[in-house]
Formats: sequence, structure tokens, C-alpha cells
Amino acid sequence: MDFISILSIFVMACFVGYYVVWSVTPALHTPLMAVTNAISSVIIVGALVAGAAKGFGASGWLGLGAVVLASVNIFGGFAVTERMLAMYKKKEKSATKTAAAAAAKDGGNH
Amino acid sequence: MEASIAPPAWVSLSYLISGISFIMALRGLSSPSTSRQGNRFGMFGMALALLTTLLISAPVPPGGFWPRPTNDDLATLVRILVAVAIGGGIGWFTAQKIKMTDMPQLVAAFHSLVGMAAVLVGLAAYLNPEAFGIAGSDGVIHVQSRVEMGLGIAIGAITFSGSVIAFLKLAGKMSGAPIMLPGRHVINLGTLAAIILLVGYFTQDQSEWVIAVVTLLSFMIGFLLIIPIGGADMPVVVSMLNSYSGWAAAAMGFTLHNTAMIITGALVGSSGAILSYIMCKAMNRSFISVIAGGFGAAPEAGGGAAKEQRPWKRGSAEDAAFLLKEAETVIIIPGYGMAVAQAQHVLREMGDLLKKEGVNVKYAIHPVAGRMPGHMNVLLAEANVPYDEVFELEDINGEFAQADVAFIIGANDVVNPAAKTDKTSPIYGMPVFDVDKAKTVMFIKRSMGGVGYAGVDNDVFYMDQTMMLLADAKKMVEDINKAIAH
Repeated sequence: MDFISILSIFVMACFVGYYVVWSVTPALHTPLMAVTNAISSVIIVGALVAGAAKGFGASGWLGLGAVVLASVNIFGGFAVTERMLAMYKKKEKSATKTAAAAAAKDGGNH
Repeated sequence: MEASIAPPAWVSLSYLISGISFIMALRGLSSPSTSRQGNRFGMFGMALALLTTLLISAPVPPGGFWPRPTNDDLATLVRILVAVAIGGGIGWFTAQKIKMTDMPQLVAAFHSLVGMAAVLVGLAAYLNPEAFGIAGSDGVIHVQSRVEMGLGIAIGAITFSGSVIAFLKLAGKMSGAPIMLPGRHVINLGTLAAIILLVGYFTQDQSEWVIAVVTLLSFMIGFLLIIPIGGADMPVVVSMLNSYSGWAAAAMGFTLHNTAMIITGALVGSSGAILSYIMCKAMNRSFISVIAGGFGAAPEAGGGAAKEQRPWKRGSAEDAAFLLKEAETVIIIPGYGMAVAQAQHVLREMGDLLKKEGVNVKYAIHPVAGRMPGHMNVLLAEANVPYDEVFELEDINGEFAQADVAFIIGANDVVNPAAKTDKTSPIYGMPVFDVDKAKTVMFIKRSMGGVGYAGVDNDVFYMDQTMMLLADAKKMVEDINKAIAH
């Protein structure tokens, strides 16, 4: 790929990023940071190239080191995002039901 | 041999698909109901990128992978799998163990790892450019690749050392107070200029010393940039470092001509930049003044001491419980102090008790409450507060006039009316909650002595309708709960 095609992809992606991120609800800004952390570790692609190259040497070790660091981020980032997102709940249906039942018992005073 | 071999079409396609999956991952976060599906997209995209890379980067014998991998191939594969297992295990375990209140330092730590990984990948590419297809057969790296590599390493190193400092400050292992070096602006600008000049020189001379000095200077500037920034500005810093980690990934993507890395880098870079912008706006501070640092220094003793002579009313847990029970609408404003006291669970219990009494309970969250964007929302979610009871500043601020109680727990600057009225105040212009319009204000605070991070006194303490509840936040809410239940 020539430089201009790569640059085009980059600039377009910046615009996509701009609009997508503005649509993220502020309540999810912490998960947003955690998941962007995880995906920016796609840098592991470069680390794998170095780690798998022929003639394993200093470059290979650096690559493997980067594989370890990026893996911490990938697994940790996605897992912690998943953990956080699982906590976001709407008002429970059962709770609203009991509330409704209680209101009915009250004779609808509220 | 031609320098950069074009990868097969399926490879480019699968990197493109993983890039799009990452976009979908962020798109899902537009609402809590679609967010988990988004996260799955992210995982899928990452798995696809990893598999694709493993398949193409194994040293392929002329006849293709099959029928038999050589011992070398197997050794490579084992090494990589072990590396992934070690890192993945640490990451997974940490993600399960971490307390939600510690999320800001975890995110800072993760940022530092992305930064370091970028540095290592950049150095690996420098040492073995042939493997990355960025050098001629004589081992001379393409000029364009040198620039990209140099920038990638520099941004990665800044991200790393900056995030380490942010981590230490957030984890309380280093004082949150800004550390001001004399002449730091000159030092910082000089270092930055030196880095840029050296990256320029690197295009002429690919000696090892150039890249080594660029790396070291970048580590240094990351450190210097973050130490003068105080605790209250951490939401901006964490967002900014998030942005940097994206730009580092993008720069590496340019070096490797990898679509997935470029798209991701651009996404993460813009994400962090937008979050920094939102945080700055919510504090009415310019990005430059945050970077210049010094905010959140100890207040000058004079003015504060004089103001503390003004009369204020102290309430007990029983008084508070009585008023809360009688109220029709209660708006709860949590802040960093709630996180420190781990009071989110007892606070939710209080909300439940009040709802049983027929009280309408809402939560109001300021964009910069806590130590990172969305920090309070996660803590409330952890405590099982339904997200449709939690409101943003602009959505709820009009409702204080109808509220019977504004219940402030661990927040301070975000309710300070000085931001609206006092032009000399350091927080002037910052959007704040109009708690002064509520019939009663309850303010949980450890003692009257401390002031917010901005170091300014708060008129809310001294209003007629304000009841100061002086105690540890968790203890106080527990006592209120007991009194309500009686």
C-alpha cells in the first residue's frame, strides 16, 4: 500500500472515531476507556511479526516482551470492560412490579 | 528482493474486518443495552487480527505451511503462545480482582503497557527491519518508515512514563499534589524540540545512538509532563494518555502498513482527545492550562481561615433521616469522596429505603466527578443503582428548584456556586449543580477544615438551608439508614 492510501484510511478513521465517540453515552465513559485500551493493543500484531521472524534474536525478544504486555491489556481490557458493562442494569422489572403491587395495596394514594 | 511484499488479499480484508469490528465495539457503547454486544465485537476483531497475523507471520517454507511445520516453526509458536498465556493470565486475573474504585489507576496502568509495547515493537522493527518489510536488501530502512518508527517510539515512550506517573498518583503511591520544577516550561519545550530534531536527523543517519536518545528523551518528557499536574486534573490526564496510546498504535500501523492498527489507533486517538475536551470543558479550563500544570496546589492559608468563621449548621444522622423520609424528591450528588469511603453500596441501600417511603430518588453526576470520565457511573452501577435513575449535569440541573433535598456525598467543587458568581475564583465558569435552589442541602464531609481540590471555600456550607453532616461518608450513610429504618 502506498502512503497516500494509508493516510486516507487514517484520516477517514479519525472522522469515524470522532462521530462514534461523541455518540457514546457519558455514563459509559469508563468502559469506553477500558475498551479503547484493549483495542489499542492491536499493536500486538507488530509484536507477533517480530516474535515470529526468522532467526530469533534481540528483535525477537523485544517482540515477545511486547506480546506479553499487549496480552495483559487485551485480556485485562476486554475482561474488565465486560465486568463493568454487566453491572449496568435498568430498573428491575420485578422491582417495578412490587412497587406497582404496593401502590395498588395503598389504594393508589400516590 | 522487493522491499515490501504486498500481503495476500484475504489478509488485508481480515485486518479491515477487525478494524470495523472495533468501530462496532465503540458504537455499542452509545447505550448500556447494546454495550455488551459491542464488547463482543471488539473481542472478535482482536481474535481475528491475532489469528491472521499468526498465520502470515510464521516463517513459511516455500511449499506453504503444510504438510509439515519445521521445528523452528514449532519453537516460534510455543514461544508466542507462552508469551500470550503469561500476559493474558495476568490481565485476566487483574480484571477479575480489581475493585471498581481502583479503576482509574488500572486504566492508567494499562495505558502504560500500550506505550511500552509500542516502544518495544518500534525497537524490534529497528533491529530487524527485513522482518517488517521496511528495509531494502542492504538493511537500510526506508526514510518514511524511519519517521513513522521514530514518532511511534517517541509517543509510546511518552505514554509509558506519563502513565506510570499518573498511575502512581492515582494509586496514592505518590502525592497527588503537583510537583513544580523551576523552569519546567523551558526544559519541556527544549526536550520536545530535541526529540523532533532527532527524529528528523534519524532520516539521515540510522545509527543506534539516535534512536536510543530519542527513546530516553521521550521517557523523560512523559515523566516531566505529568508530575506538575495535580489530582483534580487527573480525568484530563487519563483521557489524554488514552489518546496518546492510540496515536502510538497508529504510528506503528503506518510503519507496518497495517489497516487494523491504523483504524484502531485513529479511533482510540480521537476517543481520548474527545474525552479530554469534555473534561476540560466541564472544568472550564483550557487544555493548555491543564498541561501547564499546577492546578490543585495547596490553598493559601490566609483567605480560607478567615472564611471559616462564618456560621454553619451541623446535623445528625437522625435529623437527616427525618428530612429525607419527609421529602418528595431527593437528588444525590456523589463525588470522589464517595469512592474513597467506598460508600456506594450503603448509598444505594439508602436510596432503596427512601423509595420504600415513596420518595423519588435521583442521582446527579458531574462530568468530572471522580478521577476519570464516568467513574461515578461505574461505582453506582456496581452498587446496583439502575442506570435510568442516574442523570447527567445538564439533564437534571433544572430539577433542583423542585427538589426537597440535595444530598451531597464526597463532592465539593461541582456544587460550588462561586463557579457562577465569583470571577476571581479558580473554578469560575465551571458548570456546577444548582444545589442552592433545593429546599434543603445535606452535605456529607469529613470535617469543616478541608476544601475541594481546587482549594476554594464553598458558600453552600454556610447557607440557611444547609445541614453539614460531618463524618466518614460510609459511616454517616449507615447511620442515616438505621434511622430511616426505625
